[in-house]
Amino acid sequence: MSRLILGLMTLVLVSALIFMVVALLPGDFARAILGPNATPETVAAFRHEVGLDRPALARYLEWISGAVRGDFGLSFSSRSGNTRTVAEMILPRFRNTLFLAGFAALMAVPLAITLGVLSALYRNSWLDRTVNAMTLTSISLPEFFVAYLLMFFFVVKIPLFYSLASVDAGTPLGERLLRTALPALTLVLVTVAHMMRMVRASIIAVLASPYIEMARLKGLSPARIILRHALPNAWAPIVSVIAVNLAYLIVGVVVVEVVFVYPGVGQLMVDAVSKRDVPVVQACALIFAATYILMNLAADILTVVSNPRLLHPKEGGVR
Amino acid sequence: MSRALVSHMVKAWGGARNAPVMAQVGLVVMIFYAALALLAPLIAPYPETALVGGMFEPWSATFPLGTDQLGRDFLSRLIYGARNTIGLALATTLLAFTTGGFLGLVAAERGGWVDQVLSRIVDVLMAMPQLIFALVLLTAFGSSILNLVLIIAALDATRVFRLARAVALNVVSLDFVEAARLQGHGALRIILFEVLPNVIPPLVAELGLRFCFVFLTISALSFLGIGIQPPTADWGSMVRETAALISYGDVTPLLPAGAIVLLAIAVNFVVDWFLLKASGLKE
Repeated sequence: MSRLILGLMTLVLVSALIFMVVALLPGDFARAILGPNATPETVAAFRHEVGLDRPALARYLEWISGAVRGDFGLSFSSRSGNTRTVAEMILPRFRNTLFLAGFAALMAVPLAITLGVLSALYRNSWLDRTVNAMTLTSISLPEFFVAYLLMFFFVVKIPLFYSLASVDAGTPLGERLLRTALPALTLVLVTVAHMMRMVRASIIAVLASPYIEMARLKGLSPARIILRHALPNAWAPIVSVIAVNLAYLIVGVVVVEVVFVYPGVGQLMVDAVSKRDVPVVQACALIFAATYILMNLAADILTVVSNPRLLHPKEGGVR
Repeated sequence: MSRALVSHMVKAWGGARNAPVMAQVGLVVMIFYAALALLAPLIAPYPETALVGGMFEPWSATFPLGTDQLGRDFLSRLIYGARNTIGLALATTLLAFTTGGFLGLVAAERGGWVDQVLSRIVDVLMAMPQLIFALVLLTAFGSSILNLVLIIAALDATRVFRLARAVALNVVSLDFVEAARLQGHGALRIILFEVLPNVIPPLVAELGLRFCFVFLTISALSFLGIGIQPPTADWGSMVRETAALISYGDVTPLLPAGAIVLLAIAVNFVVDWFLLKASGLKE
């Protein structure tokens, strides 16, 4: 319960931070957006239009209460007669981003668990050593390198997939999967090694406990020890590891979307940053931050739920 | 402090001969990059930003790796890129280390409300994904090299703060720190002369990891077009500028990306070996 409150408090503080950083700190946006030739009257009118002349706290409360209801206000790119709300820009893209992240997760999670279990089972074998080297390598791989490498081999050398992941609301599922295959594969490659490594670590931790020693002394086969005795007790850490890594997946999506020109939130955010379209940046940042915090919160909660002993530490009772 | 560091480095040098092969290769790669960065004007066949040929010329004797989208020599830009990208990443990492490390030690030594305030601020800053936060800050301040360095250093300092504080907490409870306090030494003196020398080894290993992280973040931001701005040669933006070539089966865009990867991997292998040595673990 206290974790839940802490998580929500973090979310509120982070939202305030996102708002404050852009709204209170220097850089006169009116001037930056309208250009150096704008007359003082135009600047004042623009400031009034987007509400820059009102107190920051009032603007924050208005913004956050709108955000909770899914209303993020107007984009700076909208002019009178051609209004573009931030919500209508983000919503279809958010679905796309979730689709891509979900697709990648569906491939990455089973792969990571299988490889993690195998490398725990055959510790110090060639498989395990390969995994170890791969982990060190994969944390050094920028997403764009993996993405272009895949593109080079699977689009140029062997024309199997598309280099542009252009999809819209009407794209049928099969086509959509084919078009997003490369971006999803990139995300899998940059996350799987780390996930696998942590799965391995949590299984090895369980393998050190006395009841595993007992099972081994009974003469059970290594596969049976892992699957029937170790894995059920390692689920808790594994599930939380997965949640943490999925949080990372959501963020890694930014670069990948730009490489493959995939219409997702990440690409929108990068565009908005270079145009300094503040409301869009704030909304995207809030969405990413909220997903990230909620995923980490889920990891915490799942850990406690799957191991109720954590609710009752030996000293001091429930925290 | 400097003497502890030097003796540490001397020991490390002595150990390099017994290091695992991967770590040795990593060291060689790092030295190669350092040489490239330092000697760039001597090695590069053409100046950094001069237009010396046509657009996207193929690989030839005149232009070993061809030219980029404006007709600048790609090899020369790759070499100057080592200087710019690595230099910025180093400056950022050092800045993050001095501020984050110092504040971490202050928090550990002072305790009480100073520690509470600093730690809670860091908690909130760390609750948001770093890249996203960097994007928000770059929107607010605009992309310039100074802003880039300051923003990434500030975000990275939070990670250093956590580590420095955690390590220093074990040290400040020891008797010699208490003795220094009773002698009436000031907080600053205790932090710099009593605590700092004893937290250097874990921080040095962390320095390598943070450098990698900063280096990759700067490259990613430049690749996105909101990091290092043209005409400065830098590997991230070079990938972005030549990316279109890949659809024609040209590997040129993979070269700057590969340069980033190779250095990051080299640093990681060296740090891995450092950590293994520091922990004294031999699995």
